[in-house]
Amino acid sequence: MAVTDKQFLNPEKWVSLHADYLFNYTIGRLNDRDLAKDLVQDTFFSALKAKGNFKGESSERTWLIAILKRKIVDYYRKINSIKGKAEVRMNFYADGEREGEWLEERVPTDWSGEIEKKIENEELALVLEKCIGKLPEKYAIVFRMKTVHQIETEDICKELDITTSNLWVIIHRARTQLRKCMEDNWFKN
Amino acid sequence: MKLTCDEASAICDKSQYNEASFWEKIKLRVHLFLCKKCGLYAKQNKIMSTCLQKLKDSEYPKTQHLNQDEIKYLEQELKTKIES
Repeated sequence: MAVTDKQFLNPEKWVSLHADYLFNYTIGRLNDRDLAKDLVQDTFFSALKAKGNFKGESSERTWLIAILKRKIVDYYRKINSIKGKAEVRMNFYADGEREGEWLEERVPTDWSGEIEKKIENEELALVLEKCIGKLPEKYAIVFRMKTVHQIETEDICKELDITTSNLWVIIHRARTQLRKCMEDNWFKN
Repeated sequence: MKLTCDEASAICDKSQYNEASFWEKIKLRVHLFLCKKCGLYAKQNKIMSTCLQKLKDSEYPKTQHLNQDEIKYLEQELKTKIES
């Protein structure tokens, strides 16, 4: 029953047609080559198993991306449950009379001298990368998607299956932590 | 109407992406007027945004590709699966 514009799957060609695209898509979100390769391979394997579910309504690539997205959510969930709890560095008093105020040691201090020059310095990107790398992984994923890859809030939430307020809490924590890290390692003399 | 520093800096973060609401921005302004610490945070947050823009610019053109070996490996693995 061949309908003219119905799409078909061609697993023999998946790697040559889509591997690089899927890889690049993943690395934009997870920034880890080995992990990205694993997820791309997993995606192909799952797709092969689920071949029968392909209805031919979307293109092969769209279908593969949908599977890959689920793999990314799974990964996000996994790190969320394993080590998402303990390593959050608080920036504010969590309770008591001063709840919501800056913790003494996290209060922003003046960034003295030559800010302009420091922003232009080529090593800035390296130091920033390092600071992002120090974030809990789930924060880093969300933060990177939002800030570096400028993916729409709504799309990130859909892709990672989180709520908007959840996203902003993560961005907030990531940014206060990053500010502190950049203060300690770059802006403070 | 009154915000804690935690809430104020959260709105400040949101506004770095132009996604704070009108009321949030008003409340933030009031807080920043009264709170030096958050004032400093807001100022530095803007600098952080500039820095992150630099990072974005340096990273963006770099799309990452799989090398030949990696492609060959993937092809091999998939082939075994298809045949099994």
